[in-house]
Amino acid sequence: MPFACIFVADFPVEALLRAEPELRPRALAVLEGKPPLQKVFAVNENARQAGVEAGMTKLEVETCPELVLRTRSQLQEAAAHAALLDCAQSFSPRVEDTACDTIVLDLAGMEPLFGPPHKIGCEMARRVSGFGLQASVAIAGNPDTAVLAARGFSGMTVISEGKEAEQLGSLPVAVLFAEETENEEWGRRLETFRRWGIRSLGDLAALPDVALSERLGQPGLYWQQLARGTASRKLIPVEAPLIFEEVIELDDPVVLLEPLAFLLNQLLEKLCVRLTARALATQELRLELELQDGYEEDWHPEQACPVRNAADADARSRPDPMSGGRATTRRASKFSRTLCLPVPLLDSKTFLKMMQLDLKAHPPGAPICKIRLTAEPAPPRATQGGLFLPPSPEPEKLELTLARIAGIVGENNIGSLELLDTHRPEAFRMQRFSPGEPSLSQKQKGEKNNSSRASGANFAVPQSSSGESASGDLVTALRIFRPAVAVSVTLQDGKPARLACARRKELEGEVLWAAGPWRSSGDWWDQQGWARDEWDVAVRGESAIALYRLVRDLLSGGWLVEGTYD
Amino acid sequence: MSSFPLFPSAGANPLVVETQPVFPARKSPGKVAWAASAVDSVAGVISASRLEIRPLPEMVSSGISEIDRLTGGFPRGCLTEVCGSASSGRSSLLLASLAAASQRQEACALVDVTDAFDPLSAAEAGVKFERLLWVRCGKLTLRRHGEEKNNRDRGEGAVEQALRATDLLLQSGGFGQVIIDLGDVPFRTARRIPLTSWFRFQRAVERTPTVLFVVSPAPCAQTCATLLLKLQASGKKSAARHPRLEQSVSPAHAQLLEGLHIEGELLRSRLPRKPARPVRAAFATKTSRILERAEVNL
Repeated sequence: MPFACIFVADFPVEALLRAEPELRPRALAVLEGKPPLQKVFAVNENARQAGVEAGMTKLEVETCPELVLRTRSQLQEAAAHAALLDCAQSFSPRVEDTACDTIVLDLAGMEPLFGPPHKIGCEMARRVSGFGLQASVAIAGNPDTAVLAARGFSGMTVISEGKEAEQLGSLPVAVLFAEETENEEWGRRLETFRRWGIRSLGDLAALPDVALSERLGQPGLYWQQLARGTASRKLIPVEAPLIFEEVIELDDPVVLLEPLAFLLNQLLEKLCVRLTARALATQELRLELELQDGYEEDWHPEQACPVRNAADADARSRPDPMSGGRATTRRASKFSRTLCLPVPLLDSKTFLKMMQLDLKAHPPGAPICKIRLTAEPAPPRATQGGLFLPPSPEPEKLELTLARIAGIVGENNIGSLELLDTHRPEAFRMQRFSPGEPSLSQKQKGEKNNSSRASGANFAVPQSSSGESASGDLVTALRIFRPAVAVSVTLQDGKPARLACARRKELEGEVLWAAGPWRSSGDWWDQQGWARDEWDVAVRGESAIALYRLVRDLLSGGWLVEGTYD
Repeated sequence: MSSFPLFPSAGANPLVVETQPVFPARKSPGKVAWAASAVDSVAGVISASRLEIRPLPEMVSSGISEIDRLTGGFPRGCLTEVCGSASSGRSSLLLASLAAASQRQEACALVDVTDAFDPLSAAEAGVKFERLLWVRCGKLTLRRHGEEKNNRDRGEGAVEQALRATDLLLQSGGFGQVIIDLGDVPFRTARRIPLTSWFRFQRAVERTPTVLFVVSPAPCAQTCATLLLKLQASGKKSAARHPRLEQSVSPAHAQLLEGLHIEGELLRSRLPRKPARPVRAAFATKTSRILERAEVNL
């Protein structure tokens, strides 16, 4: 039963390089601790060659001119570890979270899917590289051998069955204690082996069992079994939580939207890669920006960024109703936006464009120190396209188009409408436009079949298809004036006889005829009660006769032209 | 070295090339056609006589049988323009067309330049709102400037927004019908829309199943419109002189507008169905309040 191990050397450095891949060819050291007592926590190979080692003080390493210093980020390490788990889960459901930089997989049954072990290892290394990490991969007959090989050999290694001791023999003894580097016992054990003249696992494997047991006890025998590749244990699989979150902590705050978009692009691409590995998409993206502490801005109520998520209501200072709308100075610390999608999507470019448009309409208002992006996973959209289905916009393109148009006409001025259950005029509300997938009804199917059979039907007059109205049922449309136009009305025998309007000259004139009144009222039990009489009047205009809907507000007594029949 | 005679001598037949070792001889369809094909292959261009014949567009119902009989329906992938003055029935045709398209389960978009769309009329007409995208132009401009303007004065800002929104909608694709409602825009403003915009819209919908439908006070898309329809109140039965009024039972003095008589005239059509002279079709509408009253009486 083969096992694979993915090991990321210098994990804190790799976690940072995942966020800043352009630093990979340079010497990089990760600092930990509070200033001015910061010490080097981890270094990459280039820094090691430059003479930088873990434990050196910041003052010491600052003498190295080509060295890049970064502060350790636990959040980025957690995100990198989660990405590593996602990558492993894309191969096998049985994954052991051995250490933050080490993952062991059970490869049982993987050969029919991915090919022989060598091919699996190459594919694993390629996919880890796609996650922004450089890792070494090893495949062996037992988990511990795979772990030792991954920690000892770089690149991809396959340990053949029965040749474990031979292949592991060249590794240094320190590989056995890679997990216990911070333990004092680790130094004493290595010193013991050094005094015995044992430097490699091959030397340790060659020692007699009884003599080793007499001197080091059961741990000594266990280390020898590890060195010989004969230790066996059960894998402890874990169920990786479906949390997709990426964080960037910035040393220098970002002020402009363009560099912010660049960083968002990185985060979105990482999230999309992780979601792809788990065969998932997302329907909700949550962006949290930590703003610079102590930054004070002139807060204008009309420029306030509405927070969609109620849980983040405390993220931004609310306007003080007592301030009377004047500009006040507030302290901003956190800013969040939530991007809700009608269907699960998995396209980082679409997400980025939508976020750009959203942030352009609702800017954070302060320099940004930390960016946290969370994706709520959802099963991907599975649709079966039909040959004869009516045209429907692609959800990705549609969302982007709606966001762009919302930037032109305003967020509340685009969407589909919903009528409210009331007789009050203009009773509707706007809602998100999501046409969904069209389906072909039985009647339409029949029509389609008939039309496909009939040749030369391209220009035929459409027969009574669905949706075609007989002229008797055709509804007279009303064109609404928003807002309604106030007019002066002269009455004759209780009917409108003449209209006068200073703002719109075409509404002025003698009323040729009037029909009505149509009286209605409602909400009288509320403060917003209404009562009105509606008249339909014909007024001779400059070129033709126009029909208007004339309304008399029975509460205020005013006359309004509500619209024109057209 | 032999070269192709671009300018043959006056005595020679310019279409017959006799010394051409490069091109193989053909037996049919004759020397003239063979020479023409030879010239095509040399120049790398297609002669005008060999241009691809544009297929006839698919026609869809406008929602009104009389208009369908007049025009054959609305062509997909083309720009259809309907013009007329106020109370000429343009919006009734717009609603009928929207209702027909939405009942065919097509996604529709209405770019409302003057925010004049009446949801109640649309609901009565049978428009399915879940398949209609309503873009209300001009409101953002008004709020920003803090001015109170009437519909007529909503000027070029709203038209500019409408053109940009329409462009995005057409480039996005997937809509069965995209309607630009310029009905209440002053004619001067509508005529100021550059021809390049209409040409761009026409090219965007070409070879797509989208019906681009423009409602305007007077023709403004010019040659870009494949179909141009003019609506007006019926001459014989003018809505003003002979309104379809219905006497109410109670109270005795009240009466209601029953509907309009509309007459449509096909002014231009690039389709083979193009008539030799203007033809007309008449239809009538019914005011939704009559329907409401019927429901109340029931």
